[in-house]
Amino acid sequence: MGTLESLPLFLPELALAATLLALVAADLLTSRSPLGRRTDVAATLALVGGAVALVLTIGLPAGVRGQAAGLVPTFLFDGMVALDAFAVFFKVLLGLSLLAAVAMSLGSEELRDNPNPGEYYAILVGATLGMFLMAIATNLLMAYLALEFVSLSSYVLTGYLKRDRRSSEAALKYLIYGGVASGAMIYGMSWIYGLTGAMDYPSIATGLAALDPANRGALAVALLLVLTGLGYKIAVVPFHMWAPDVYTGAPLPVTTFLAVGSKAAGFALMLRFFHFGVTAEGPAAVVGATPVPFLLGIVCAVTMTFGNLAALGQQNVKRLLAYSSISHAGYGLLGVVVFSDAGTEAVLFYLAVYYLMNLGAFWIALLVVNTSGREDLDAFRGLAWRGGAAPAVFMTIFLFSLAGLPPFAGFVGKFKVFWAGIQGGEYVLVLIGALNSVISLYYYARIVKRMFLVEPQKEDRPWRVPLTELGAPATLAALTVLLGIGFEWLSKQAGAASRIFTG
Amino acid sequence: MDNVLVWMTFLPLAGMAVILCLPSRAHGLIRWTALAFTVPPLLLGIRLFGEFDRAVTTFQYIVRTPWIPSYNIDFFVGVDGISISMVLLTALLCPICVLASWGIEKGVKGYFALFLLLDTGMMGVFVALDFFLFYIFWEVMLLPMYFLIGIWGGPRREYAAIKFFLYTLFGSVLMLVALLYLYFTPDQPSLDMTQLGALVADRIPLEIQIILWVALFIGFAIKIPAFPFHTWLPDAHVEAPTAVSVILAGVLLKMGTYGILRINFGILPAATLAPVEWLGGLSLATVLLAFIGTINIIYGALCAMAQTDLKKLVAYSSISHMGYVMLGMAAFTPQAINGAVLQMFNHGTITAMLFLLVGVVYDRAHHRDINGFGGLASIVPRYTYVTGFAFFAAMGLPGLSAFISEVLVLLGAWRVYPVFTVIAASAVVLTAGYMLWALQRIYLGPPNEKYRDLPEINTRELMTLAPLAVIVLVLGIYPLLVLDLQSPALIALADKVIAAAPSATHLAALGAGH
Repeated sequence: MGTLESLPLFLPELALAATLLALVAADLLTSRSPLGRRTDVAATLALVGGAVALVLTIGLPAGVRGQAAGLVPTFLFDGMVALDAFAVFFKVLLGLSLLAAVAMSLGSEELRDNPNPGEYYAILVGATLGMFLMAIATNLLMAYLALEFVSLSSYVLTGYLKRDRRSSEAALKYLIYGGVASGAMIYGMSWIYGLTGAMDYPSIATGLAALDPANRGALAVALLLVLTGLGYKIAVVPFHMWAPDVYTGAPLPVTTFLAVGSKAAGFALMLRFFHFGVTAEGPAAVVGATPVPFLLGIVCAVTMTFGNLAALGQQNVKRLLAYSSISHAGYGLLGVVVFSDAGTEAVLFYLAVYYLMNLGAFWIALLVVNTSGREDLDAFRGLAWRGGAAPAVFMTIFLFSLAGLPPFAGFVGKFKVFWAGIQGGEYVLVLIGALNSVISLYYYARIVKRMFLVEPQKEDRPWRVPLTELGAPATLAALTVLLGIGFEWLSKQAGAASRIFTG
Repeated sequence: MDNVLVWMTFLPLAGMAVILCLPSRAHGLIRWTALAFTVPPLLLGIRLFGEFDRAVTTFQYIVRTPWIPSYNIDFFVGVDGISISMVLLTALLCPICVLASWGIEKGVKGYFALFLLLDTGMMGVFVALDFFLFYIFWEVMLLPMYFLIGIWGGPRREYAAIKFFLYTLFGSVLMLVALLYLYFTPDQPSLDMTQLGALVADRIPLEIQIILWVALFIGFAIKIPAFPFHTWLPDAHVEAPTAVSVILAGVLLKMGTYGILRINFGILPAATLAPVEWLGGLSLATVLLAFIGTINIIYGALCAMAQTDLKKLVAYSSISHMGYVMLGMAAFTPQAINGAVLQMFNHGTITAMLFLLVGVVYDRAHHRDINGFGGLASIVPRYTYVTGFAFFAAMGLPGLSAFISEVLVLLGAWRVYPVFTVIAASAVVLTAGYMLWALQRIYLGPPNEKYRDLPEINTRELMTLAPLAVIVLVLGIYPLLVLDLQSPALIALADKVIAAAPSATHLAALGAGH
């Protein structure tokens, strides 16, 4: 589809771009107003923009969304991006991440005295736009640009607390690791271009199917280089080093946004790249003949295990959740490694429930950090016994869901991922994953233990947070339970979105 | 839905919802609500006992509705001879435990809410006929258990709670992996526990079946707890509040053996009795089961003898008594398998009495050191009578229920495992030893002046013990009440397993008289 015809199908992204501009304009117009008002204006704009993008995403014609027959992607802008059920699934997830990040930023103590609210929210919206593009890119160049767009915005967001040393250090680490990874990635992309003579995924697939067997080694190198960039984005071992520092140093809303949104967008890019560009019919055998799937399996196993082992001893709740999210990237990767529809469906499902439970956990952590002013696990001490029974119960639901216990959604996510793994014959990986959930229970239970099993000390202040602030976590907790008991609906959505790869 | 099992399973859950809506200071109201939602399942259980068709070997009271259609997962419950006694036991023990928890003062609302959730989880495990549903209930039980031990337990409760949690979860993830493997084997993925055995029998090579068998077995063995996975049990028991100990020993341990009967034997019968040359045609799985069972009997008894903490003594006696269940299950003779399941029921009632009695004395003396009492018989005679009764029942005194089940196990196992049986039978002496020794140290001798004013057992406590004592006595005289319920289904299960074994070698070993 040409540029002009594509525009009506590109409305969600356009809405985000317009919001970005509106934020800049509004910031200029209100520069003399008091800070509180400026913050309100900017946040409202960002919320409205995100909501409009969401409505436009699910408001597009049903055929394109893949609800009905039309599962075939529509290529926009001459093959630069695609619109299909997969894109819609991720855009909804990412749009919701933006809304959550804005809502959390409004309640964050760290960002209370932020002197440039317009700038902050504009970058947040910009990062979301980049993530949308990551989810829909079907061209190497577009994929790379979208990824860089998100990375650059994330560096700024991470270092947003300029006077906080940890925040600045985190931003610098993020930048340096990111630079190396994206350099490797674009180098790999240039090899792929050299091997296939194409930049857009469908043509790459055709080119790979016809690839001279002698060039398979080169293909493996190229794919591994691309994987470096992708692995960095979703924070898998050995490209995870930035994650703990960044998650700890960044303001909590940004951490959440990175952990939930950025990871989902990374997975979207990865799935599209590997399934669309690589494993559709012809090229599957070609990629299967390289050591890439095997190496990916190792990365998956190591990520799950390392993330969980490293989380065991953490004392800082942000850091603990950072390592936990590394291990969850490993579980997600298990769905990618099997290169099947069931695997893709499992990843999509996993990301959706991961959104719910991880967001919920970070949200409660934010409230606890706000009220106690500390980030170590003892901030949770005796929470249930000093008036915070409700948040403690919600947190327990989120944490046990992350650990993969039924009847919570996290269990279903793991069930589906393992299900795909067994179907794909990856018995060892599934066993490692299953044992890892036992390890993870230990550190999640450390927080639960502090909330319920330990009595509060004198210095622990009573929990005084208005009930209204618990609305969002309560909703997330309810969804976590509901999706754990009846997951047919979400399963169907993920299934529909994943079938675009095989039609 | 007008189904006894659905009501029995979900009434407690409804009770939990009601309790969560009550004000947290209304302690009395919460307690009565908990009782009001645990007594009806017991009444329904009594009705079930009366109406249960003893002649058929298939499932009764079936409810089946699609749950997750795209995964072919159903909400599927039913009861047969294998599970009926466990369903009844659960229904019986829950109201008793609510009564036994009357004295809880800390976080009353949370305690009873979690307790009712636990009740639903336990009942669900015994009635679930879809493996996925079974797994959900199995895991759902862990959460309340963790909190019940961790919040309302003794000094080392945090350690005990997490140890219990991790051990059990380790077992259950192995079960999950096996579940997934089984799920995919039929053409149409299925987790229907009643059909799965037939669906997968010819599709999984025997070696893989054995691996699956072992994975499932480890999951269940941790729950029993079978040696060497038993170390969580004494810790959990010592720290847990009385009612939770009762549930733990009375119901939870049975889930392990029930799981083996239902899933290992029911779904993988060929692996269960796959003959091995060097074992003289017996199967590795069952010999292992019998061997571990025997170790449990001896080792549990020896450990019990060494304890000075009364509760720990009872905990180790549980390990010992569950050994009989395993030994009986491994033999596949009608007497042995009947004895095993009867022993599950009897142990549930007797050990519940023991833990309740330990709770009674702990509430008064605030310690459980066996050597710290002495001569209680003259101070609290009524309490002593009841304790004596329970101790003698646990020892397997003829005329009381455990005698019947242990003898059945030993008689049945004798034909298949003479050596194990002789060793197991000799443990009766050890059991008598530690039980009588403990009785003597606590109740006999000169009265300990410190406890001159120890209050006598009260009516509420007697109410919790009386029904159990009656059952122990009645089943000791007329065990057919329970044997009738279970026997046809158990013999059918044993026949199915024997028929599925790939060679007839062990038939000879079992004795053609079967």
